[in-house]
Amino acid sequence: MWRFVGYRLLQAIPVLLVVITVTFFLVRAAPGGPFSSEKAVIPEVKAALEAQYGLNLTLFQQYTSYLGDLTKGDLGPSFKYPGRSVNELIAAGFPVTAELGFYALLVALSIGGVAGIIASLRPNTAQDYIPMSAAMIGICMPSFLLGPILILVFGIYLEWLPVSGWGDIPGDKILPAVTLGSTYAAYVARLSRAGMLEVMSQDYIRTARAKGLPEWQVVTRHALRGGLIPVVAFLGPAFAGLLSGSFVVETIFQIPGLGRFYVQAAFNRDYTMILGATVFLATLIVVFNLLSDILAAWMNPRLRAQFAEQ
Amino acid sequence: MATPVIANIVEAEEGTSLWQDAWLRLSRNRLALFGLAVLVLFILIATLTPWIAPYSYTQHNLDLGATPPSAAHWLGTDIFGRDMLTQVMYGGRISLAVGFIATAVALVIGITWGAIAGYAGGRIDAVMMRMVDIIYALPFMIFIVLLMVVFGRNMLLLFLAIGAVEWLTMARIMRSQVQSLRQQEFVEAAISLGLSPATIVRRHLIPNALGPIIVYTTLTIPSVMLLEAFLSFLGLGVQPPQTSWGLLISYGAESMEEYPWLLLYPGIAMTLTLFSLNFLGDGLRDALDVRGAKD
Repeated sequence: MWRFVGYRLLQAIPVLLVVITVTFFLVRAAPGGPFSSEKAVIPEVKAALEAQYGLNLTLFQQYTSYLGDLTKGDLGPSFKYPGRSVNELIAAGFPVTAELGFYALLVALSIGGVAGIIASLRPNTAQDYIPMSAAMIGICMPSFLLGPILILVFGIYLEWLPVSGWGDIPGDKILPAVTLGSTYAAYVARLSRAGMLEVMSQDYIRTARAKGLPEWQVVTRHALRGGLIPVVAFLGPAFAGLLSGSFVVETIFQIPGLGRFYVQAAFNRDYTMILGATVFLATLIVVFNLLSDILAAWMNPRLRAQFAEQ
Repeated sequence: MATPVIANIVEAEEGTSLWQDAWLRLSRNRLALFGLAVLVLFILIATLTPWIAPYSYTQHNLDLGATPPSAAHWLGTDIFGRDMLTQVMYGGRISLAVGFIATAVALVIGITWGAIAGYAGGRIDAVMMRMVDIIYALPFMIFIVLLMVVFGRNMLLLFLAIGAVEWLTMARIMRSQVQSLRQQEFVEAAISLGLSPATIVRRHLIPNALGPIIVYTTLTIPSVMLLEAFLSFLGLGVQPPQTSWGLLISYGAESMEEYPWLLLYPGIAMTLTLFSLNFLGDGLRDALDVRGAKD
């Protein structure tokens, strides 16, 4: 098991290095520097600004100094908001995005998991078709369409829920979480159905039934652990999707999270902010992929045994 | 022409070929057939749009403004008095084109990469697939946003960027196909006949791996279209004066309180297309008996 963890950790390092390097040079390759605005800036002022942000150094020097700062956890200053560092901007936005992502994941796992398990218990009956059709709708309905529709129905016609903001009015977190989580609920439903169907035909389930366990115990105590492995392995990619999905959902519901910051930074050409946020998000995604892989491996007795032998 | 005769003989001996058998199974799947019909219809409309669109794409009428669906404008008009049906038709052209072209890019890169890795085996294979593993772990959505920001919102780049994300799974599928195929006698026969590796891959390996590739292609197109719509919604994809379903949805969402039809119709068109592609993909997977082609 530890070998597996170590192996995956070693794999994550080159990935992170590639991410940082590619992002850094991509952002530096962008046409138009951060200070080439419409207004003409006096050359001396521009030179002074560039010197202050270290832009007068060679590209390679900038790269190594950025890497050096990164090891200390410093993502540099923001070009757009003078006097504020990228760290501060991320610290302001990320807790909101993390909370949104957490609720969305909760929605995805609870609704999707229950729907998938229910569907798998009676395959090819109405109990299977209805939740699976709903899941198909969830997959085909993009969040930027579902969000406005939910706002229209629950916010404007029914007036049940607030349509924007975050933590200002009670209940304003419900619609964003549902919007963000629904696509993943659909995937979780499909994965858990497929996983459960696979497991329910295995010998050890027959053994559990044969020893006289009631069906609900067969499902909860024996089938779930194996049947939900695909779902756990999906958590890593899903987390990455939730983060980028938050770009859209935070824009729709006007939530002051990292996603909205990112899109704004993209429009403002705030290069250090884009760079810092990309590195931050990428690291997070790589770490989550790692965690979900480890968890899935730990849940899979065959894989555990394989690595224990080595 | 000698070929049809040979084809007939082969058919008579085998009864039903793999493809006929697959078609038979597919035609029993109503949802998949429905998806196929909708797709054919939409592709036909998209191709013929410049000739059959009820109004000109640039025609607007500010005095008219936004009107609900009527006899003159079946899907209503937007705030500039532009005919919504025409907008949705032209938007569909771009959305479908992005879906198909970007998938084609992914297909070409993925098949070539996977076929070479699978055929070469050994160290070449290990290096090539390790590269795929590393790229796989990159957070691509964020990279695409970054690309669009850095290099401007350019359609060609959009195709390339999306294609560059989606080829990875294709390469993995192709590789595993080629690996199992190259053990078989007909490939050994081709090798002993002295055919070059390139010919063997092209003439013998790729055609025999078509089933999973077709299935995965059908399932890649909707995810590509979603990606385009996602970018367009954020203002980073297709730019006016061109339009796409994603862009129309984004405009529709801005004024949905007053003019819900502006959101509704592009939304329906997009959802229906994604539905159809997914149903067709699932149907093809069952018909061609491909396992694990999805993700």
